[in-house]
Amino acid sequence: MAGKEPVVEMAGITVEFPGVRALDSVGLRLWPGEGHTIMGENGAGKSTLIKALTGVYKVDAGSITVAGKPTRFSGPGDAQRSGISTVYQEVNLCENLSIGENVMLGNESRGAFGIKWAKTHDRARLVLQELGLGHLDPRAPLSSLSLALQQLVAIARSIVSNTRVLILDEPTSSLDANEVEVLFGVMRTLRDKGVAILFVSHFLDQVYAISDRLTVLRNGTFVGEYLTAEISRSELIAQMIGKDLSGLKDLERAATVEAGAGREEFARLDGVGAKGSIEPTTLSLNKGEVLGFAGLLGSGRTELARLITGADRADSGTITIEGRPVKLRTPDAAIAQRIAYTSENRRDEGIIGDLSVRENLVLAVQAKRGWLRRISSREADELVSLYIERLNVRPADPERPIKNLSGGNQQKVVLGRWLATEPELLVLDEPTRGIDIGAKAEISEVILELARKGLSVVFISSELEEVVRLSDRIAVLRDHRLIADLENGPDVNVEAIVKTIAEEDAA
Amino acid sequence: MSATPTGFGPRLKSLMSQQYAWGIIALLLLLAVDVIKDPSYLAISVNPTTGNLSGNLIDILRQSAPVLMIAVGMTLVVATRGIDLSVGSVMAVSGAVSMQFLASAPNTPGSAVAALAMGLGLSLVLGLLNGVLVAWVGLQPFITTLVMMLAGRGIARVITGGQNTSANNDTFRWIANGTVFGFPVVFLIAALVVAAVAVLVRRTALGTFIEALGINPKASRLIGIRPGGLLVSVYALSALLAGLGGVFATASVMTVEVSRTGLNSELDAILAVVVGGTSLAGGKFSLTGTVVGALLITTLDKTIVFLSIPSAATPAFKAIVIVAVCLLQSERARGWIRGRRAGRGQAQRPTPPSPAPSPTSPDAAAEAHAAAAGTKATAGDAGTDNDQKAVNA
Repeated sequence: MAGKEPVVEMAGITVEFPGVRALDSVGLRLWPGEGHTIMGENGAGKSTLIKALTGVYKVDAGSITVAGKPTRFSGPGDAQRSGISTVYQEVNLCENLSIGENVMLGNESRGAFGIKWAKTHDRARLVLQELGLGHLDPRAPLSSLSLALQQLVAIARSIVSNTRVLILDEPTSSLDANEVEVLFGVMRTLRDKGVAILFVSHFLDQVYAISDRLTVLRNGTFVGEYLTAEISRSELIAQMIGKDLSGLKDLERAATVEAGAGREEFARLDGVGAKGSIEPTTLSLNKGEVLGFAGLLGSGRTELARLITGADRADSGTITIEGRPVKLRTPDAAIAQRIAYTSENRRDEGIIGDLSVRENLVLAVQAKRGWLRRISSREADELVSLYIERLNVRPADPERPIKNLSGGNQQKVVLGRWLATEPELLVLDEPTRGIDIGAKAEISEVILELARKGLSVVFISSELEEVVRLSDRIAVLRDHRLIADLENGPDVNVEAIVKTIAEEDAA
Repeated sequence: MSATPTGFGPRLKSLMSQQYAWGIIALLLLLAVDVIKDPSYLAISVNPTTGNLSGNLIDILRQSAPVLMIAVGMTLVVATRGIDLSVGSVMAVSGAVSMQFLASAPNTPGSAVAALAMGLGLSLVLGLLNGVLVAWVGLQPFITTLVMMLAGRGIARVITGGQNTSANNDTFRWIANGTVFGFPVVFLIAALVVAAVAVLVRRTALGTFIEALGINPKASRLIGIRPGGLLVSVYALSALLAGLGGVFATASVMTVEVSRTGLNSELDAILAVVVGGTSLAGGKFSLTGTVVGALLITTLDKTIVFLSIPSAATPAFKAIVIVAVCLLQSERARGWIRGRRAGRGQAQRPTPPSPAPSPTSPDAAAEAHAAAAGTKATAGDAGTDNDQKAVNA
């Protein structure tokens, strides 16, 4: 790397929002043919720095040099024309257009009579092939793809134009292990072609797998630039959170592994299934137990959770709660049985963005009570201050619209919303996705504490380590089917679960 | 919504931060124009014998009653991400059924009450039909109410046999032309109804549920809010209020004009809602804003007549005023105008933690800015998730 000029150099970047300084004199250097990761907790300023580079935000001080020339982009389009493309965490594509149209949007092949669609789709196919996505039909609608594939299409879209710098802002948070491998393959190919890759991720493994260099931010300030090979994980985490690792010990704690026999059953599924999403499943959910759902993305874990919580309707089987058979046709029916569900899709199915933290927090209790009996403001104050404090929601300002909170804090509010209804069964679908390590530790701690108090918890996560760490029992799913129901113990670990999934594969 | 500030200065400031502040300014400007033309425009006189108040302002209050009714209903429908195009036709239906009944009924208070009940009852049925089609059949609100808009006018014609039925009933006429304590009865009824609706949605959790449903229907369902009943009630209420508006509109002349009563009223209602700061995308709504919007539109209509603008140019003039108010409400447009004045370059200044085009909750955004001033850590928090949206926008 030495000797080469950086393709992008940012120095002394300061970005101020009304009343706050989001970035304070931060620097960043990107070299061609290098993978570079920005590390930091939620709210450290990672996204802000990227947006300062691409011109989404106005830079109040500092310099940006691209290929040796001082530059200020007026917006992402301008940046893209200079070869700097960005792919965001949330897929920003048009669901109603075809895959090819999405890939080529703004770069369509044109002829004398406007856009040449055949040629455009052919070029889209080539680009997709480059990413190992040759099996996708460019003419199929984007909405026919899973979220993960849509993410890969978004990346395809970003490399259509002649890209010198590819920015990936948490591209992997909705991908499973195989898809991450495909993505990394593509990233490495691009890197070897001389593209500078700027990567933001919360997954340490991925950071170490793909990056050559790290820039660490904390609270909007620059902490340091490191070569990945020269910094250990624990050192890196310490740099990110600004203290040593004692605060992280909660993450290491294993679940309370006891003999499972003594636990009392809260709910039981007998052959509960829905055509096309999950095969009939028999499973019991016990009080005081964390039941982990392990499986790859699309294995049916979310689908099963949605049947238990009334989000989707089961078309076979019976659900029994404390000995009584119940029908859970709608979410409010499940809520009446004291079942709470947080969806994996926080933005679309969790938060009510424009409402305040306070309104979001009391909404489920209010819905349970009905519209006539409005929660008094004193009662609401009590609930809100209780859960803001207990879950350490930052900023602790109940009147702020929830959409202005970071992902981790939104998740805490959503969790608080359900805890306020005093549920007996809490179904958490990917509660820790896309949130920083500190918030993860706090949420894990709350889950364990709830289970100790006798709650039945279902915990779903793509991170098997997390499932193993938190669960008392683990239900393994594959291909829309429950394939194993394991009691957690010393011999249950990530390898064992992966093996279980793989074994079944061979059979 | 937000903490109530005390003292005149802060109060004015908090008022100005509301979306409908520009509606109020436009209202005052229109009145100022009227006063310039005729300095005694705002004078209110008291009739010494009857004690009745009269004057242009009183006329505006009286005339605003029908549009106020449908605009309030429309506000709630719009907040659920819907729209109700049928309100004008429902006005005609309600007027038609009451007039047709009164035409052959004795001139007694009893017949007036029966006519009122029939008008409102039939409107309610049409509203329930709208609601059921939207909530349970799953038709789009635009299509459902467009169909009802066409059908409604047909129903009105069928009821009167195509005639513009007139009737005579003193009690019914009193609703539109009578006075109590000098004020027009029609305005007092309208004010009472608006207050009742405000209490209904803001003193119960109904308003929050409607907003939640409008902002994020999927999340609201998972929270346990049942969208069906809520939607049906909102469309039913909208039609019921439209029925009342139809009674107001026909009682003043004691004639229903089947092809003209309530014609284009749905558009006035939608304009009032928008001027009042409720986004057509649904979500947060402001009934106060809607009242301001309804008064503005009535004043505008009256001013157009007063300035003797040629009737051919009336719609264009109306459009210009509405567009001006809407532009002033848009932060982006204001920024653009400011930027022009201050020279280029300033124009593109982004305002991150709340993306510019959020016509729904300027006060909430302002609070967020104030709160963000707290610590740097919080500032970043606010930045991360939201900047995603800034790009989308």
